[in-house]
Amino acid sequence: MKEAVIKTENLTKRFGDFIATNALTLEVYTGEIFGFLGANGAGKTTAMRMLCGLSIPSSGNATIAGYDVYRETERIKKNIGYMSQKFSLYEDLTVLENIRFFGGIYGLSDDEIARKSDALITQLGLQNEAKKLVSGLPLGWKQKLSFSVAVLHQPKIVFLDEPTGGVDPVTRRQFWNLIYDAAEKGVTVFVTTHYMDEAEYCNRVSIMVDGKIEALDTPHNLKKKFNAFSMDEVFYQLARGAQRAE
Amino acid sequence: MRAIKFLLQKEFRQIFRNRSILAMILVMPVMQLIILPLAANYEVKNINLSVVDHDHSSYSQKMITKIISSGYFRLTGYNRSYGEAFHLIESDEADVILEIPDGFERNLIREDEQKLLVAVNAINGVKANLGGAYLASIIRDYNQEIRIDFLQNNRFNVIPTIDVTSSNWFNPNLNYQVYMVPGILAVLVTMIGGFLTALNIVKEKEAGTIEQINVTPIRKHHFILGKLIPFWVLGNIVFTIGLLVAWLIYGIIPVGSLALLYGFVSIYLLAVLGLGLLVSTFCETQQQAMFIMFFFMMIFILLGGLFTAIDSMPEWAQVVTRFNPVSYLITVMRMVILKGSTFQDVAPHLGIIALFAIGLNGWAIVNYKKAS
Repeated sequence: MKEAVIKTENLTKRFGDFIATNALTLEVYTGEIFGFLGANGAGKTTAMRMLCGLSIPSSGNATIAGYDVYRETERIKKNIGYMSQKFSLYEDLTVLENIRFFGGIYGLSDDEIARKSDALITQLGLQNEAKKLVSGLPLGWKQKLSFSVAVLHQPKIVFLDEPTGGVDPVTRRQFWNLIYDAAEKGVTVFVTTHYMDEAEYCNRVSIMVDGKIEALDTPHNLKKKFNAFSMDEVFYQLARGAQRAE
Repeated sequence: MRAIKFLLQKEFRQIFRNRSILAMILVMPVMQLIILPLAANYEVKNINLSVVDHDHSSYSQKMITKIISSGYFRLTGYNRSYGEAFHLIESDEADVILEIPDGFERNLIREDEQKLLVAVNAINGVKANLGGAYLASIIRDYNQEIRIDFLQNNRFNVIPTIDVTSSNWFNPNLNYQVYMVPGILAVLVTMIGGFLTALNIVKEKEAGTIEQINVTPIRKHHFILGKLIPFWVLGNIVFTIGLLVAWLIYGIIPVGSLALLYGFVSIYLLAVLGLGLLVSTFCETQQQAMFIMFFFMMIFILLGGLFTAIDSMPEWAQVVTRFNPVSYLITVMRMVILKGSTFQDVAPHLGIIALFAIGLNGWAIVNYKKAS
């Protein structure tokens, strides 16, 4: 029996007359890597911010890790990790200081922080950069570091908003290895991306067009359904009718 | 509470890594306290005087010499007609015209009465007011002198005159620096505290780092305390530097208790930091925060009693000053530093500032939203 760790029902966010996310209904299961696709401006980030408790929905329901998005946002926050589209660790702190800070904020003990920072630094191969300011790191390393910080407190779900934007193919591959590692440990991964090869790595994907989910299935089934060879074609067939663009 | 420890650690690291902020905290107060009190002086000197003497008598000459030797006036014109002198005012070369009519000496001696004309360029209000007043008082003095001359010749009856001597308490030499330094220090503490806090949080909004904080289960008041405490400490450091400068350069040693001063400033800083926090919750960019803080600071400083006495402001402005925390600090600083006021004297001020602190911080906590 698959257990739904994210469950939304007609989740909607309006900004005035503009409906950013329209009646989003989906379920994401424990341990799954869920690809949340859509063109720019389709409403992916808005939807993700609602699921993280950063944005209050206008209507609809959702539970994250069993907690309600209206009433239990702080409980949700204990159980999720979030990596925003924009790099948002502290540039004027070192790699170690960032890890330590977020570990402390999530309530890890000094012991855990010390142990985890060591493990992380080794895993990311950042031994030489651990005491350097984050501002000096190349983008690819910054993204890997953000991801590691987002899963530092062992959340049930991690939300990744275009984590590999602007990153070279080799680093992207390494990044996905980190994602697989996390998923193997039971973390549910909710990820947005514009790279269709990455969509193929996901267990299931949804494709959003103009605020609505137009398709939701495994990459394999989607390709069959749309009679396409690649996810690229599937995406193109769905998204070319989009009215909204950034 | 453990979260606060990590927040403080992070905040102090960032502050000490930011050279420009450190310079602002250490150098700015010292520079401003050295420069501003020397320049901000109410005394008006070098008033440009143009004299139109139609009399050319020894009495008129004596009066002009007396005016010039007072040290406040500088003779920039000695004209033949009022029209000529007025040209000097128009071209800003003269501030005051003194016209001595024909028959000045004769009328004074024979008729015991003579009118003089003083015309003042009122473009510079302070100079005009004080210049006119100085001139009038010198002429009055001169008037008395010649009367005493006459008396010795027994030509007039003794006229009783009231002579007022005043002594200046708490600042015996009417030294403006003594008066200005505590006030300027008050403004400095306010500026540094308010601006740093407001800009710091908005900077996190701009960088997007606040979002990474908002997605953590951190408690709102922990976050706000984590922001308040570092700037509260910095405010106290600036205040200490200011007191040292006041002592080393101006020789001002607080007459009242230091503990009382620090106690008041501690509470006051909470109020100012609260304002900074509140402003930051309304702003999305550092530019917005900067402008809003400037708006408040201008009003706070100009209506704070630093340059102009609150008692001489119009009624409505005096009402506004009651909502101006800076005015309380300036008053209390002057009271404690110059007069040696005690806790009982400043307790009402302290109470009001405490209310400010509670109100502003409370509002900031309510208005700080982790979700939009």
